[in-house]
Amino acid sequence: MATVAVPLGRESQPRTSLWREAARRFTKHRLAMIGTVMLTVMVLGVVAGPFVYRVPINEIDFKAKLKGPTMAHPLGTDDLGQDVLARMMYGGRISLAVGIASMLIAITLGVLIGATAGHVGGTVDHTLMRITDLFISLPGLPLLLLIIYLFRDSLKKTFGPEAGVFLLIVAVIGGLRWMLVARLVRAQFLSLREKEFVEAARGLGARPVRQVWRHILPNALGPVIVAATIDVAAAIIAESSLSFLGLGFPPDIPSWGRILYDAKDNLDFAPHWALFPGTAIFLTVLSINYIGDGLRDALDPRKVLHH
Amino acid sequence: MDEHGIRELIGEVKRGRLTRRAFVRTMVGLGLTAPMAAQMLASSGVAQAQPKPAPFAPTKRGGGGQLKMLWWQAPTLLNPHFATGTKDQDGSRVFYEPLAAFDPEGNMLPILAAEIPSVQNGGVAKDGRSVTWKLKPNVSWHDGKPFTADDLVFNWEYSADPATAALTSGSYRDIERVEKVTPHTVKLHFKSPTPFWFDAFCGARGMIIPKHLFETYKGDKSREAPTNLKPVGTGPYRFVDFRPGDVVRGEMNPAYHMPNRPFFDQIEMKGGGDAPSAARAVLQTGEYDWAWNLQVGDDILRRLEQGGKGRVHMAQGGSCEHIQLNQSDPWREVDGEKSSAKTTHPFLTDLAVRQALNVLVDRAAIHEQLYGRLGQATANILNGPPRFRSPNLKWEFNVEKANQILDAAGWKRGADGIRAKDGKRLKMLFQTSTNAERQKTQAIIKQAAARAGIEIELKSVVASVFFGSDVANPDTYGKFGADIQMYTNGPNAPDPQYYMLNFVSWEITSKENKWQGRNTVRWRSEEYDKLFRAAASEMDPARRAALFIRMNDLVIQNVITIPIIWRNVTAGGSTRLKGADVSGWDSNIWNLASWYREA
Repeated sequence: MATVAVPLGRESQPRTSLWREAARRFTKHRLAMIGTVMLTVMVLGVVAGPFVYRVPINEIDFKAKLKGPTMAHPLGTDDLGQDVLARMMYGGRISLAVGIASMLIAITLGVLIGATAGHVGGTVDHTLMRITDLFISLPGLPLLLLIIYLFRDSLKKTFGPEAGVFLLIVAVIGGLRWMLVARLVRAQFLSLREKEFVEAARGLGARPVRQVWRHILPNALGPVIVAATIDVAAAIIAESSLSFLGLGFPPDIPSWGRILYDAKDNLDFAPHWALFPGTAIFLTVLSINYIGDGLRDALDPRKVLHH
Repeated sequence: MDEHGIRELIGEVKRGRLTRRAFVRTMVGLGLTAPMAAQMLASSGVAQAQPKPAPFAPTKRGGGGQLKMLWWQAPTLLNPHFATGTKDQDGSRVFYEPLAAFDPEGNMLPILAAEIPSVQNGGVAKDGRSVTWKLKPNVSWHDGKPFTADDLVFNWEYSADPATAALTSGSYRDIERVEKVTPHTVKLHFKSPTPFWFDAFCGARGMIIPKHLFETYKGDKSREAPTNLKPVGTGPYRFVDFRPGDVVRGEMNPAYHMPNRPFFDQIEMKGGGDAPSAARAVLQTGEYDWAWNLQVGDDILRRLEQGGKGRVHMAQGGSCEHIQLNQSDPWREVDGEKSSAKTTHPFLTDLAVRQALNVLVDRAAIHEQLYGRLGQATANILNGPPRFRSPNLKWEFNVEKANQILDAAGWKRGADGIRAKDGKRLKMLFQTSTNAERQKTQAIIKQAAARAGIEIELKSVVASVFFGSDVANPDTYGKFGADIQMYTNGPNAPDPQYYMLNFVSWEITSKENKWQGRNTVRWRSEEYDKLFRAAASEMDPARRAALFIRMNDLVIQNVITIPIIWRNVTAGGSTRLKGADVSGWDSNIWNLASWYREA
């Protein structure tokens, strides 16, 4: 038993330096840092912005319709004379929240299912993977429509129109995007569980949960994080397409996708209206992808850093 | 000029002391339009002017290539008797034809009829109890079978049979009997005097389907007929291909019954997309020749027109963009049906709430900022034909007044600023179809309502679903799963009778009639029913117009619907496309056979 205590004590030392090493690699990744700064600015803007910039999002003023950026309206106005900046800050909260929340759902589900399948193996693996296949083969949009028709009204009644639709959309988008993550995680687990360091841990008596949590999972995280960043972007876009179909948030809730949709017919003479939310979506997705890139490089211990 | 004065003038024309033209000019001077004046004479038994034949240049049939049209709400079936909305009517109209069509002036033009019946030629009985139609001889269906009086008898039986559940039944069920006089003459016997004898077999609801293909699919089996999706008609183009909700294709009918027509070899009616992209495809890029129903902001249309590739075609009709205030409860399910006529709405049954809503609609802003030349603000649900338009009502926008009405009725503001009474909060769901102009209208109304302590939640449903004919879909306007809803409808014949069925109690939409009833607002008024029945058999045109005006006033004074914009029929056409002559009283393609393209 005494022999076990020694390597365990040693283990904590390299682990902290592993994380520190990761942080060092991440900060050295220039694009990742740019992404982090951009995303932080964006998040701060939509969270704190409305407290500073107190223009209402739905004040109709036909005298000021379709005006480009001015002092009164820094990002211009839409065709009802509503302030685009105020609407974008409000809509950004929704778009970012939808993106991040559905990503979390997708990742959590994916990791759970993938890890279970990969680690337990056998019949469990078989069953879970067939379920995954089943979900992959489901036609996304029709299913989405069905779920929304079935549950929209009851959710709206319980949580109100905005929160209800938010929960529904997040659950549906998240619930339909975990399959890729599950397969990635399973594949990682299958190869990692046979690796020497896992065998060593197993030989030292580590229980399955500890093997997974401490040894396998951290090493499998790279691809998961990349998948997560893609999911955030996909969720923001999925929400926009739902708004397109009239199934997302009510039409007067200005999520970024919605603003873009409203603006598209006026693109040729009021480009500012589409340009700002379009840029916001673009920058957000881009910076999240960069951050994902940086994280993958930072977390992959085999990666040789070029500087 | 009053009822009496008009009647005297009509008498003068009859006696030959006043010319038709002078009469029409007098009426126009009074603010009526020429077509209406013409109609007044027609329904008073004065011979119609010969409508001017449209100029038509082609000297042979075919050779015109493809005609590409955009219907951004795509047809879902091609049986005119089941058409919900103009999209299905128009899809069917490519292949099927009525006896007569209505031109922009409101005149009747014979299509499958040899001539238009009138009192003079003995076609219309003086007592209004029968009308005799002479059919064109030598017309054949696309499969070669002859078109005869039997087909007309069959169409009446088919549509009037309640088991068929035809949407055109309103036009046919008051016919007592359709009698085959000769193989090419039919006589319609009406149950009562019928001033609107040009309803059945005319215009958008008058298309005739072949007996030999639908005979076995009458009644309960009506929806199973393969020909519901593969039409065999008499029209200028015959069927090639149909994908519901997507595209309708046809090709030239080499045996068409009008000389040198049609011009085009193929025709395509493409569905999907939305109004702005349709406008762009015709006016700006010129990819398509025709686009139906350009419900697009006037600002945008004007800019697109500047390219010179196409222009906006407009015609005044009677269509009205309006808000319906649900009289049943959309939130309670009774016998498997929400918005059941057996329920009453928790607060929209309160006249004060409805009156308040009526003054919260800023029609001036909606007209000036959104619709422009495409329509005008109106207080009436019945705007055309003009002699049926009420001069008695005015609209106003007054938030202050709305507040006063609600205060007086005991609706008190709660802590959140929303009014409530007896535990019921003034919170309503407002649905309409997805369309930029409609969403803007919603936003304008929502903001005004908020100032009066009414909370409105907006919902937009994609047009193909909202106007869809799928009875399983909860989001159609017929199901009305909201407190208030907005869309456009209007009389699509130069007579308001069919349109005003929208408020009679026997047309209330319900599960029983597969949500096909015309009274979607589910209002029930004995007074209205009585007025309608009187108008339906009133042969005196002036008295009949007065009855319709009273019906309009009754609906508006009770604020069952809130009219917003009296919309013109608008479409987009390529500048090279000739012969298209938009009518406010019939389908866009009422004279499709005469369309051609200039080189």
